[in-house]
Amino acid sequence: MTETNGNSIRPTTSTLTWANHWDHFLARWAINRMGHRIEPGLYALGSPTPDSPVFVTANYTLSFDALRSALSGIHGYILVLDTRGINVWCAAGKGTFGTDELVHRIEATALSNVVNHRVLIVPQLGAPGIAAHQVRKRSGFKVEYGPVRAADLPAYLKTHEATPEMRRVQFPLRDRLVLVPVELVAALLPMLIVAIVAFFVGGPWASAATVAAILAGTVLFPVLLPWLPTHVFSGKGFLLGGIVALPFALAAFLGNLDAALWMRVLSALTYLLVLPPITAFLSLNFTGATTFTSRSGVRREIFAYIPMMAWMFGGGIVLTIALTAIRIAGGLL
Amino acid sequence: MIGVSTLNTLKFDAEACSGCGVCVNVCPHAVFAMNSRVVRVVRPDACMECGACQLNCPAGAIAVDSGVGCAGAMILAALTRKKQPTCGPD
Repeated sequence: MTETNGNSIRPTTSTLTWANHWDHFLARWAINRMGHRIEPGLYALGSPTPDSPVFVTANYTLSFDALRSALSGIHGYILVLDTRGINVWCAAGKGTFGTDELVHRIEATALSNVVNHRVLIVPQLGAPGIAAHQVRKRSGFKVEYGPVRAADLPAYLKTHEATPEMRRVQFPLRDRLVLVPVELVAALLPMLIVAIVAFFVGGPWASAATVAAILAGTVLFPVLLPWLPTHVFSGKGFLLGGIVALPFALAAFLGNLDAALWMRVLSALTYLLVLPPITAFLSLNFTGATTFTSRSGVRREIFAYIPMMAWMFGGGIVLTIALTAIRIAGGLL
Repeated sequence: MIGVSTLNTLKFDAEACSGCGVCVNVCPHAVFAMNSRVVRVVRPDACMECGACQLNCPAGAIAVDSGVGCAGAMILAALTRKKQPTCGPD
């Protein structure tokens, strides 16, 4: 470690080790989710000189590692803000990746004694927390907003101008897929409870159906997001849940030909009432993981669709219990 | 300040805009564009209310009621009576 006015500069490289990849894997599976942190402060990437660029990032290992691995062959400084293990964009939204923390970190690391220039390259998605003009006023450092993705930094550094493509946040299949494990882990315990309850209320098919609806909302929905019709998340979820419910409804209708017609119709109906709102609710919850939903839009959707989900789900449950009661009574008579 | 979209809370004051273009750089959805020396709102409905443009506008020409577009956080905040829904623990 190099000493600068009593502050240490930690060395780092652009090479990711197996330990880093294992750490990323655990983070993606929500294992010790808040614990994927590195020490805030100043890091030396390679062998930087006082003229080398300074990059700012969060103290979440996935953020720090995305940055340094993108800077292969580039010597520079990395200023890591204390965002309590949260990524740049989310921390900026919370304000922990913010003007106050950045100004504080510049002073705490005595950055102005380390470099000759007064320029910081801040990720574009840090902007919801950083007021560039305030940082300049308070610290003397000029904030330069880099591209959205660290991978575009080498191209950006040639001109210090980001192309319009570099400034746009996308949500491709790859980015959606990496979110699936976290969604799945979060749904696991509720899924188990719901499956057990459904087993005792409606039997093994009902249990399997609820698991299918939950998997559709947590796994299929993120994958199929752009291809599902309508712009509303709940609408997409209702549709997906409806498709999942269809085979169960058909099986209920065709599987018990001895029962009365009205009984078969109502049994099929329970699946069509209970499953779509489950998938729709999970789909609506995915809004927080996307890169484009606004608070206004989500609020509108909550008011418009949550009551519909509640009524359908509640109606379906009441119907299921009634049918089970009728079956038991019929069996006893 | 006038609203620019019926879908979100973004407001823009063309008179106050100095044309520095920082909003064009920070917006992740290309809502703003430079038109010679002034900024124009070109994709108003794409705004996700992240608040980056408002915070970085030195002229105070942009206003947006920013927050997270996350149903989970909003429902949780409503249930626990928290004022501002955010992601993760505090």
